[in-house]
Amino acid sequence: MMAWVTDYPLLAALLALVGLGAPFGALLGFAAVRFRAEGNPIADEINAILPQTQCGQCGFPGCRPYAEAIAGGEAINKCPPGGEATIQALADLLDVEAPPLDAEHGEEKVKTVAYIREDECIGCTKCIQACPVDAILGAAKQMHTVIASECTGCDLCVEPCPVDCIDMLPLEESLQTWHWQLPAPRSNNLEIIATDSVTAERAA
Amino acid sequence: MLADYSILLIGAILVNNFVLVQFLGLCPFMGVSNKLETAMGMSMATTFVLTLASACSHLTYHLLLQPLGLEYLRTISFILVIAVVVQFTEMVVRKSSPLLHRVLGVYLPLITTNCAVLGVALLNINKDHSFMQALFYGFGAALGFALVLILFAAMRERLAVADVPEPFRGPAIGMVTAGLMSLAFMGFAGLV
Amino acid sequence: MRRVYDFHGGIHPAENKHQSVRSGIRSAGVPAQLILPLSQHIGAAARPVVTVGDYVLKGQVIAEAAGHVSATLHAPSSGRISGIEDRPIPHPSGLPAPCIVIDCDQQDLWTPHQGVADYRDCDASELLELISSAGIAGMGGAGFPTAVKLMGKPGRSVKTLIINGTECEPYITADDILMRERAADILEGVAILQHILQPEETLLGLEDNKPEAIAALREASASASHVEIVTFPTKYPSGGEKQLIEILTGKQVPAGGLPGDIGIVCQNVGTAVAVRDAVIYGKPLISRITTVTGDAVATPQNFEVLLGTPMQHLLDLAGLQPERCERLVMGGPMMGFTVTNPQAPIVKTTNCILAPTTTELPPPPPAQPCIRCGLCAEACPASLLPQQLFWFAQGKEFEKLEQHNLFDCIECGACSWVCPSHIPLVQYYRASKADILQQRRDHAKSEQARERFEARQTRRAQEDEEREAKRAARKAAAEKRTQLATQEGGEDPIQAAIDRAKAKKAAQQAGTGTEPAAAASALDTLRQKLEKAEQRLAQSHASGEDAKIVTALEASAERLRGKLTEAESAASEAGAS
Repeated sequence: MMAWVTDYPLLAALLALVGLGAPFGALLGFAAVRFRAEGNPIADEINAILPQTQCGQCGFPGCRPYAEAIAGGEAINKCPPGGEATIQALADLLDVEAPPLDAEHGEEKVKTVAYIREDECIGCTKCIQACPVDAILGAAKQMHTVIASECTGCDLCVEPCPVDCIDMLPLEESLQTWHWQLPAPRSNNLEIIATDSVTAERAA
Repeated sequence: MLADYSILLIGAILVNNFVLVQFLGLCPFMGVSNKLETAMGMSMATTFVLTLASACSHLTYHLLLQPLGLEYLRTISFILVIAVVVQFTEMVVRKSSPLLHRVLGVYLPLITTNCAVLGVALLNINKDHSFMQALFYGFGAALGFALVLILFAAMRERLAVADVPEPFRGPAIGMVTAGLMSLAFMGFAGLV
Repeated sequence: MRRVYDFHGGIHPAENKHQSVRSGIRSAGVPAQLILPLSQHIGAAARPVVTVGDYVLKGQVIAEAAGHVSATLHAPSSGRISGIEDRPIPHPSGLPAPCIVIDCDQQDLWTPHQGVADYRDCDASELLELISSAGIAGMGGAGFPTAVKLMGKPGRSVKTLIINGTECEPYITADDILMRERAADILEGVAILQHILQPEETLLGLEDNKPEAIAALREASASASHVEIVTFPTKYPSGGEKQLIEILTGKQVPAGGLPGDIGIVCQNVGTAVAVRDAVIYGKPLISRITTVTGDAVATPQNFEVLLGTPMQHLLDLAGLQPERCERLVMGGPMMGFTVTNPQAPIVKTTNCILAPTTTELPPPPPAQPCIRCGLCAEACPASLLPQQLFWFAQGKEFEKLEQHNLFDCIECGACSWVCPSHIPLVQYYRASKADILQQRRDHAKSEQARERFEARQTRRAQEDEEREAKRAARKAAAEKRTQLATQEGGEDPIQAAIDRAKAKKAAQQAGTGTEPAAAASALDTLRQKLEKAEQRLAQSHASGEDAKIVTALEASAERLRGKLTEAESAASEAGAS
C-alpha cells in the first residue's frame, strides 16, 4: 500500500480527500433530513412584538404578513402605531441596528380611538366589515357603535363609511393614565464652576 | 496525570488564552459580543465545534494522513473536518433555537474560518498531543474563548448605556476595552 | 431586652421634629365645606350612594366599597351634599378627580352608632366586617384597606403582629403625638387586632428619638403585658414595612412578596386607634392626626382634622405666611410630593403638610454626571444597585431593570439624598416603573387585539367555506336533476313546472284559455280589495288624517276600480265567447 502511495502521490492525495469527504457528506445529508426545521418560528416571535392594529400602514395586509416579511429580511422601521418602542424591541430581538421610523409609512401619532356619531349613522355595516378586530357592534339597519376598549385606533373604518360619521378621538390623559416622566437629560451648557461662565462668554 | 491535564486546561484557558493572548478568533469576539445572550449562544456553539473538530482532526491526522504519508494535506483536510462540524452544528442550532440561529446570523458559519479552531487543530499536531490531550486542549481553548467572550459581552452591555464621549462610542470603546482586558490576561504569563 | 437587628444602608437626615411637638393635638374644627375624594386608598374608587341635595349625618355612609380591594367612605360631619364632581385632589399630577362635596351645617350631628359590647365575644369575621364597613385604610401613608390586609390569605397563620410607631421621616410627628397622648387607645386597638389575628407575639416598634412616647406606651402597657414595646436606633427609613420587619425580627420579606408570606402583619398605630374606634364605639374613619409644620408656618403643631378639610383651613389655623412659603408639600421632605392647589383636601393618608421656606428646603441644584462613587448602593435599604438602575433607566433597558429588582425599590429617596452629583435617582425609578407597567398593559392589549383578529379570520374563513359548500351542494343538486331528467326521457320536472306557469300567465294576460272559475275567483279578490280600500278611505275621512294620505288612498281606490272594471269586461267577453 505504501509503495502504491509513493508511486502515485497525486492520486493517493485525491483519493484520501475524497475518502474523507464522502462519509462526512453522507453524515451531513442525513443530518439535513433529521434536523429539518418546519415553518418559521421567528415570525411568531416578531408578531408578538408588533402592536396588532392590523392597519396596513407598513404596506403589508396585517401584522402577521409583516412579521413574516421581517423574518425574511424586511426593514423593521415601517410600523407607525408601534413607534420607536417597537423598532427598538425588534432591533433587540434580531440583534440589528434600530433605524428611525420610516417617514413614508406614516408618523407616530397620539393613540386614538374611533367614535361613531350615532345621529348620522345609516346602519350600512361597511365599517363593521372593515374593522380587523370586530370592535364595532351593530347589524344591518341597526345602530353601529364602537367598543372603545377593543378599538386599536387603526383608522380602517373611517374610509368605508359613506356618510363620514366616524371620528378618531385622541385618548385623554386622566388620573389613571398619568405617570411620572424621566427627569430631563443633563444639559451640557451648565455653568457648574466659575470659569465655565467665563469660557461661555469668550465663546459667545 | 490529573495534574498534566489541569495544567493543559489552565494553560489553554488563562495563560495562553486564544483570544486575548494569542489574538486568534477576534472576528466573532468583536462581532457577537453586543448582547450577553447572543454571546452565550455563540460560546456554546464554538465549544461544541472546537472540541469535536479538535478530536476529529486529531483522528484524521493520525489514522488517515500519517499512515499514508500525506501529512502535507493536513491544512485542507482539517478545514474540511471543521466545515463539516460547523455545518452540522448550524443545522442543530437552527432546529433547536431558530432565534439564536437568526441572531448569530452569518457568524455561525464563520466559525469555519475562525482561526482559533484551525489553530487548535494545527497546534495539536505541532505539540504532538495524544488523543485525550488534544480533546482537553480543544475543550480548554473553547472554555477560554467562552470566558472572554462572555466577560466582554457583559462589559459592552454596560458600555452601551454609559456616558461614553462622542468620538469613542460604539466599536472604538470596545477595542479599548479589549486591549485593557488583553493586558490583564497577559498578567497570567509564567503561571504554568 | 429583645434583640434588634439592622437593615442595610439607611441615612440620617436632620429630624426637624421638635418644632411640631411643643403643643398637643389640637382639633381643627369643622370647615365650611368638606371635599371627599372617592379614592383615598389603594384599590378601586368607592361608589357614591347619595345624591346632590341629600342631607347627611356625621358618620353616615356616602360611598360604598367597589370590589374586594376598596374602602367605604363616610361623611365626616353633618351637612348637605352640594355636589359630586371633579375637584382638585392631593396627587402629584395635579389632575382633579371625582369628589363628594358636603356643605357643613356646623351642627356636627352624629348618625346613631354603636360598637360591640365585648369584642372578645365576636369572631374574626364579624370584627373584620365592622372594620371594613368603617372604611379603615392604612393610616401610615400607603392607604391599603385594613380589613383586606387583616384577612390575608386563607390558611395562613400569623406568627408576629407588628405595630408601626416608627415615623422615621423628618418633620412628621403625627404618630409620635398620638403615642404620647393616646397610648391606652392604641393598646386597646392592638388588643382587638390580636383577637382577630391570634399572633404568637406582638411587637410595637419605635425609634429611640421619641422618649416621651416610649414612656407613655410603657406606662400604658404596664397593666396589659400582651404587647412588647421595642425601641431601636433612629435611622431613615426604619419605618418602611419591610425595613421594620427586618429590624424587629431579622427576617427579610422575599422580593416581590408580602409580609404575609412569612407570617407577619404590620399595622400603623393610627390604624390601631381607628380599629378601636370602629369596634368599640362604632365610629367610622372620619378624622386623623395631621402634622402642619415648616418654617413658613407660625405655630407648627398637630391637628385632629376631619377628612375632607381643605388644606388651606389647616394652614390658616397654623398661621401660614404665604410670602415665605416656597411650596406646599404633602408628606415629608423625603417621600412627599408638591401640592399646587391649597384647596386640595386632607385624605386618609395625609400624615403631614409641610410649608418650607426657600432656605429650609432649597430647590435642588442641577444634576451633574454620575461619578460612580457607589454611595447610593451603600445607602439603599432594599440592598439594590441604584447606580446600575440609573444607567439602565437612562438607556431604557426594561428587561435589565426588572432583573435588577426595580420593583423592590420602596422609593424612600435615600439614594438621591446621598448622591454627590445631586442626581434625582428616585425620579428615574418612578418613571421607569411606570414605563414598564405601561408596556405590560400595551402588550396585553395587543395580545387581545391579535386574538380578536385571528378569531375574525377564522370566522370569515368558516363563513366562506360554508358558502362554498352550499354553492357546491346546489350545483350538485342541479346537475343531479338534469341527470335524472335526461334519464327519465325528456322532461326536466322543474323546467316543465316553470313552462306550465309561464303558459298560465300568458293565457291569463291574453284572457283566453283560462278556466272561468279562475277568472271568477280573481274577480272576487279584486272586489274584496276594492271594498277594503273604500273602507280605509272612509275611515281616513272620518278621523281627519293628513291630506297626502287621503289623496294617496283615493288614488289607490281609483286604480282598483279601474282594474275591476277591466277584469269584469274581460270575464264577460270570455263568458260570452
